[in-house]
Amino acid sequence: MIGLSHYLILSAILFAVGLIGVMRRKNLLMLFFATEIMLNAANIAFAAISNHYHDMAGQMFAFFVVAVAASEVAVGLGLLVILFKKYGTLDLDAFTVMKG
Amino acid sequence: MITFAFYFFAVLITLLFLVTVMSKNVLYAMTALASGMVLISGLFFILGAEFLGVVQLLVYVGAVMALYSFAMMFFDSNKDVKEKNGSAATVFMLGGAIAVMLVLVFTAPIIGEGVASLYPTAAGATTNTHAVGLILFTKYLVPFEVAAIMLLVAMIAGIILAGKKMDLSLSTTEEDEMPEVIEGGDK
Repeated sequence: MIGLSHYLILSAILFAVGLIGVMRRKNLLMLFFATEIMLNAANIAFAAISNHYHDMAGQMFAFFVVAVAASEVAVGLGLLVILFKKYGTLDLDAFTVMKG
Repeated sequence: MITFAFYFFAVLITLLFLVTVMSKNVLYAMTALASGMVLISGLFFILGAEFLGVVQLLVYVGAVMALYSFAMMFFDSNKDVKEKNGSAATVFMLGGAIAVMLVLVFTAPIIGEGVASLYPTAAGATTNTHAVGLILFTKYLVPFEVAAIMLLVAMIAGIILAGKKMDLSLSTTEEDEMPEVIEGGDK
């Protein structure tokens, strides 16, 4: 039988996958993908805990996480387009302006 | 049956997200991410959160992925992404250590068994969608309105950021006759 811990472990695995993506990616668009993975992992944990305790608060928080993710994508992609127009690349190393 | 469905979804989601993280091609990464999101909504349906599953399908697979694919058209997506990576062993060790830590953090309250439901399911609700509506428009009304304002602000920000000098074409304009796109740059 599938219990709460199954879902939480899956959520932790997915969060770790997203975290590995955030750490090893040097391309900004790929970094955005990795953050989406982390947000989704959190949503799975919210839904599972909400189901386990028969408490709707978890699902409510998942809705707000989805709303935050949607606005993050809208603003982030706007910034991404501006960066690409300015530098011609999305490589994080190319944006380094400080010496040291 | 539910056991099979859970493992089916879990394995596929993990594999697809690994493709997203490891792939060098933006198109492959985005397709894998979109399919992973669809399968995650399957998990939500198993968990009895039907409305959340539908929202996941509509918002993530419908809106967010469409935005990403629009953004991808600005960039050269056929070219493999060149990335200079440091030591892979360090990254995997850090990721693994954090995964172990997360499992410990998540399982600690279950071992403690000290958690009780503070706000049970809305009384008189027949379906999940009914309960979501009852709670969202009573207890969570203020956060709901604030989220609406946040989305409006994000929409205006997106329009202003991406829409600036939209009439300039990056692909047909030559490099030397391209005017300075962003004022107040690093010069």
